Amino acid sequence: MSRHVVARVSEVPPEGALRVVVKGRPVALFNLGGEYFALHDRCPHEGASLCGGRRVGMAVAERPGTYRLDRQGEMVRCPWHGWDFDIRTGQGWCDPANTRVRRYVVSVEAGAGLAGQALNAEIFPVSVEDDYLVIEM
Amino acid sequence: MPTAPRGAIDCDVHIPPPPTAALLPYLEPYWREQFSVRGLVGADFTLTTSASRTPLACRPDWRPAKGEDPLALLRRHVLDPMGTAIAIGHCLHGAVALHTEDMAAALCRAVNDWVAAEWLSRDERLRASILVPTQNVALAVAEVERCAADRRFVQVLVLSMLDHPLGRRHWWPLYAAAARHGLPLGIHAGGLNRHATTPTGWPSTHLEDHVVGAQAFDAQLASLLTEGVFSEHPDLRVVLLESGFTWLSTFLWRMNKIWRGLRAEVPWVTRMPAHILRQHVRVTLQPVDAPPRPEMLAATLRQIDCEDMLLFSTDYPHWQYDGDAVLPEGLPDALLPKLLRDNALATYPRLAETAP
Repeated sequence: MSRHVVARVSEVPPEGALRVVVKGRPVALFNLGGEYFALHDRCPHEGASLCGGRRVGMAVAERPGTYRLDRQGEMVRCPWHGWDFDIRTGQGWCDPANTRVRRYVVSVEAGAGLAGQALNAEIFPVSVEDDYLVIEM
Repeated sequence: MPTAPRGAIDCDVHIPPPPTAALLPYLEPYWREQFSVRGLVGADFTLTTSASRTPLACRPDWRPAKGEDPLALLRRHVLDPMGTAIAIGHCLHGAVALHTEDMAAALCRAVNDWVAAEWLSRDERLRASILVPTQNVALAVAEVERCAADRRFVQVLVLSMLDHPLGRRHWWPLYAAAARHGLPLGIHAGGLNRHATTPTGWPSTHLEDHVVGAQAFDAQLASLLTEGVFSEHPDLRVVLLESGFTWLSTFLWRMNKIWRGLRAEVPWVTRMPAHILRQHVRVTLQPVDAPPRPEMLAATLRQIDCEDMLLFSTDYPHWQYDGDAVLPEGLPDALLPKLLRDNALATYPRLAETAP
């Protein structure tokens, strides 16, 4: 397990996503109202990039004919076949026991604090003025 | 080669609709007079799909001689030689296709009372389904309530092709009544013949009509599931009658697959559709659209995962098998106890009250 600086915080727009590659693996970074989450960027069904998926809420019903949208924007819908995944956990909504994508621990760290650490930041130079997303892999 | 079963519960035998004259004693006085005044006593109210002279409608060796008692024939051809424990009869009367709701309801009442008196009371092995006027749900509910006290009625009977898909909330009072009385909803092949019987338009032949008939059942299952009938009525059981069943595997797979992508349209469906349908839906054995080699049947059954779903039936007197080969070759022996009795007892709570 090592820590990797993967992006400037400003590169993941509000309610948006960014695809990065770490140790050869695709990672989807999501911005959820200023909270950041990282999932393996590969749908377990047929491999589509989840970064390109629509951000949706969780549709729930007390009974048939009633509709409520919970957790708005907290799910990502795979662009190929519409499978929904919980951005916070990677859990698939349908068949949760058998469908999940791997989640990585991600943190926001100030460039100033990162200076001098042994980091895998070969992609770009870390500047002390910016905040960065750091994931553990 | 499987032998004909003994002591089975036969979940689909046909009670031929009586001539209208035979129903007159069971009609209320107003309707009895109206039938006479309107010249309807000679009308036979036969559903086109059950036209008695089509080849599949009756096995050649079961065709009645003129004037023979249909109940005596049922006993001689099926109940006695098979030692049938219980047989559930369906009288598919054309009352359900009339445009006049009140006459339809009156005729359904007469048919159900005729079934009780002329069939159920003459053979204690018989049970029956309640024919309901599907033209009007309130009238259909009233007929269920009227008949439910007679415990020999074990099911509510509707056709597979009506004016609206069966999942619609329009029908739910009927399902509430059925579930309240421990009556499964039996959906029998057939329709009103005022809507095309295939999704692509009217067929030209009986052949085409028979082959495509199964599509109505998968459409109804899709409707029942997606509209949330099983969420709203968790105790309701649905029995597909004369539907065939080998098509179920691909239907269930497709249902699961498409639901995964579009489930936000039906947020009340919170479990895999196949799981819900296996829990709530039962299918009768005959007609078996069997694969060409017996060893393939077991694989088909495994694919459907239907050991709790299949209910034994002869579909008497339709020509679905010859001799006593009602059990298709290749049917696993291990399935027989459930197929022949246990699944029926689990599906129809009223049967256990009297099962020999």
